[in-house]
Amino acid sequence: MTRGPSPLLRGLLGLGLVFLYAPIVILVIYSFNASRLVSVWGGWSTRWYGALLENSELLDAAWVSLIVAVTASTIATVMGTMAGFAMARVPRFTGRTLFSGMVLAPLVMPEVITGLSLLLAFIAVALDRGMVTIIIAHATFSMCYVAVVVQARLTNFDRAVEEAAADLGARPPTVFRRVTLPLILPGIVAGWLLSFTLSLDDLVIASFLSGPGSTTLPMKIFSSVRLGVSPEINAIATILIGLVATGMFVYALALRSATRRRP
Amino acid sequence: MGWGRRLTILIPYLWLLAFFLAPFFIVLKISVSEPAIAQPPYLPHWDDLDAVWGHLSNIEFYNYEFLLSDALYVNSYLNSLRIALVSTLVTLLIGYPIAYGIARCGTAWRTVLLALVILPFWTSFLIRVYAWIGILQTEGLLNTALGAIGLIGEPITFYPSQFAVHLGIVYSYLPFMVLPLYATLEKLDPALLEASADLGARPATTFWRVTLPLSLPGILAGSFLVLIPAIGEFVIPELLGGSSTQMIGRTLWNEFFANRDWPVASAVAVVLLLVLVIPIVIFQRYARREGAA
Repeated sequence: MTRGPSPLLRGLLGLGLVFLYAPIVILVIYSFNASRLVSVWGGWSTRWYGALLENSELLDAAWVSLIVAVTASTIATVMGTMAGFAMARVPRFTGRTLFSGMVLAPLVMPEVITGLSLLLAFIAVALDRGMVTIIIAHATFSMCYVAVVVQARLTNFDRAVEEAAADLGARPPTVFRRVTLPLILPGIVAGWLLSFTLSLDDLVIASFLSGPGSTTLPMKIFSSVRLGVSPEINAIATILIGLVATGMFVYALALRSATRRRP
Repeated sequence: MGWGRRLTILIPYLWLLAFFLAPFFIVLKISVSEPAIAQPPYLPHWDDLDAVWGHLSNIEFYNYEFLLSDALYVNSYLNSLRIALVSTLVTLLIGYPIAYGIARCGTAWRTVLLALVILPFWTSFLIRVYAWIGILQTEGLLNTALGAIGLIGEPITFYPSQFAVHLGIVYSYLPFMVLPLYATLEKLDPALLEASADLGARPATTFWRVTLPLSLPGILAGSFLVLIPAIGEFVIPELLGGSSTQMIGRTLWNEFFANRDWPVASAVAVVLLLVLVIPIVIFQRYARREGAA
């Protein structure tokens, strides 16, 4: 379908994009508002960014979130890649149906249920709430996303290349390292990035599982958002949006050069 | 099967059993226990297996009876379903032209436009919901703008309201609707549209009789991806809805954090899952039939 959209369709598409971006753009602009009031424009200023640097509670929370997100997404990527392999490459094993059910179910599970059930489980085994429990929870739901991405990647590529490597005398570990892994690497990287964002973004599950001293950034943002709009929150939101946009841009560039290099 | 392969299956398997399935059974168990047994702050530890079986043999459906008899819970469930359904429909109406428009662009534009649709999904969900508060609140941008052009005299209470909750859901889940729609629309064979036009159908007729029916799989997949998380949503009703907008995720949260009634919270969770199972099964049946055809 490359006839080009009709003017009506083009207009609707444009409106849709405006709808998607207007709130974000407005938020970013107002983070530079000199006035504390949302409705009053007091001129451009970066004072709220300065105020962020002095807000030690918010910085601590950001640090907790970062540690949790890096650890959880790394665990999730390892576990998820294994699970993706099992689903794509092992047609028959005991309890396979249960296994794929457990991989897919967390994707549709409401966060409130995931949070509640893990909390009750940790209490049942007398594990204190804190960063460790949040990491376990994030790793568990993120690994399912990684598994799905890796599985898709594995089922989509031509197995003949692996067979060719084996025919040429490569042993299974070598085939995996030199052929399979490079081919599914974009999927694994995407899975890690997805896990990282999911973890960094999660409010509900972390609220159930956090203990003293393990308040994450979304929890901190949430508790101040409940009191209304504040320019400081706008500033931290702008920083987060900027980080994500930069990260995605770099990832897209890397992916492009990686696909170019390969014939 | 080699040891490497066995471990590849076993490690994630055990992890999911321990941190997904087992916790779920604990919720089930607590949902059928008496409030007194499981009162906070802490449950009796499960070092004594006999005690566990003792609890299991005393299954009480007290909490479920309580849920069904109290209008608060029943209304929360119905409210969640209604708000999620309406929002899904609106998301479809907004998402369809976006997906269709992108599918009809050239390859270069498609990549850019798709990236534009996906990008907000990667930025914080919480922040995107929060962004609407500044726009919708009484002295916010929307009221100021509407007042400035003279459309309204008095500011309208857009926030907090049920309208804001719908808007928040539509806004947050729009990419989930657009992507599957785009995937089916992109595969649509242009020859079919040309054939329809050659046979004398006007563009609108072609759309209704050819394009729309052929994109049904995308419509269903997108609706499913929006509906399911919307039903159990907590953040959006909590931030954008007033105290009157009860949705079930919020009720569960309050039951747990404010009332500290763990057995009732667990029962709410179990019933929520049962509510979700119905659309999931319908969708899976449909997907399997499509796959077989």
